[in-house]
Amino acid sequence: MSLPARHETVSADTFLRGLWQENPVFVMLLGMCPVLAVTNSAINALAMGLATTFVLLCSSTLVSLLRKQIPKQVRIATYIIIIATFVTMVDYAIQAISLELYNALGAFIQLIVVNCMILGRAEAYASKQRLGATVINGLGMGAGFTIALLCLGAVREVLGAGSLFGVQLFSDNFQPWVVMILPPGGFFVLGAWLLVFAGYRQRRERRLTEQAEVTADGR
Amino acid sequence: MNQPATAVPATLTVPMLRTLGLVAALSGFLVVLAHHLSLPLIEENKRIAIERALFKVIPGAVTRRDFQLTAAGIEPFGEAPAATGMHLYAGYDTDGRLAGVALEAAAQGYQDVIRILYSYDPACECIRGIQVLKMAETPGIGDKIARDPGFLENFKALDARVDAAGSGLEHAIVSVKSGSKTKPWQIDAISGATISSKAVARMLNDSARQAAPVIMRYLDVLQRPDGDTP
Repeated sequence: MSLPARHETVSADTFLRGLWQENPVFVMLLGMCPVLAVTNSAINALAMGLATTFVLLCSSTLVSLLRKQIPKQVRIATYIIIIATFVTMVDYAIQAISLELYNALGAFIQLIVVNCMILGRAEAYASKQRLGATVINGLGMGAGFTIALLCLGAVREVLGAGSLFGVQLFSDNFQPWVVMILPPGGFFVLGAWLLVFAGYRQRRERRLTEQAEVTADGR
Repeated sequence: MNQPATAVPATLTVPMLRTLGLVAALSGFLVVLAHHLSLPLIEENKRIAIERALFKVIPGAVTRRDFQLTAAGIEPFGEAPAATGMHLYAGYDTDGRLAGVALEAAAQGYQDVIRILYSYDPACECIRGIQVLKMAETPGIGDKIARDPGFLENFKALDARVDAAGSGLEHAIVSVKSGSKTKPWQIDAISGATISSKAVARMLNDSARQAAPVIMRYLDVLQRPDGDTP
């Protein structure tokens, strides 16, 4: 992961990096605990992704604003307090929105506190960058995380329960693959997605090298 | 180690304390703010959740009153301070007649405690419905107790008659192997989810054994929808 050493100028790449090049789930493999645990349905995955994005965005903003005031000896403690604050707020908000959703997500809302993606962003990016770049980058990372969770949640729900966002897709004859909404299914689907992305990236790299060779020969 | 002593400036303590203090104060403020703003909504959600389960579990109920069992007998909830006793929700139909009494029951399931709300109908002395409030049963297997139509059919009129002495049930509620139900107090288990089915039978039996005699004894109190208050 190449990190900008100096202040980054905001560009489309600041946002897009989180979606593709540095996708927290499919590329960096960060925050695996919620990725595997709560993606047993699309709606849970979406809620978890949005909750994490909110915490990531708010904590990054605050860390970036306070970055010159935080002595480096106590920076991790400070980040954890900031992150825990926003997680508690999200916890209350989800209870206020829907108790059903709150019960489905269980302890994983509180566990956003120790999501390494958020702490990693605070330490590696927000504490070094200006507010604007931090907000854009946080949004990109959050969107990348949410999309990745949705990819898993949608596949697992369709295969494991025969529905998507709670809407039944197949007739009663469909026998759901229950294993897909159980914990092993999380590993299966994550593995399959990683395979797809790794395969795609390899093919593209090979094509690029071939192209480079062709241009070199042609010269 | 012969490193040049990078002397820590003595004043570093001050910025550390200042930053941590500031962040902690801000954090406290935000958490309290979020708590205050969300509290009424959360309370309302909890009330709606109970009521929705209640009206689903008591056929025909449109209003409710809460009671609790104390040493002195049965009293409207909230008037007596000791809230440790059994908690009963009485549901009334549009004419204000007692449609049924709902209670919570719980027992250890396959993975965690299963909590359900069930309704007791004093007219037929039977259980008229169950609603799972909380469970962690295996998806696709044990969690069928909440929605399997064949299993829920058991609770349309599950016999829970009070015995002659008025101290328990005439017949204990038991779960039997899938498809072998012959008596109205038996529960046809879901094949493949025996442990979860047995847990439901056990919690209903334990709860009804205590509650049914109480409900029958204090039926006159429960039947008044406006209660004792003038």
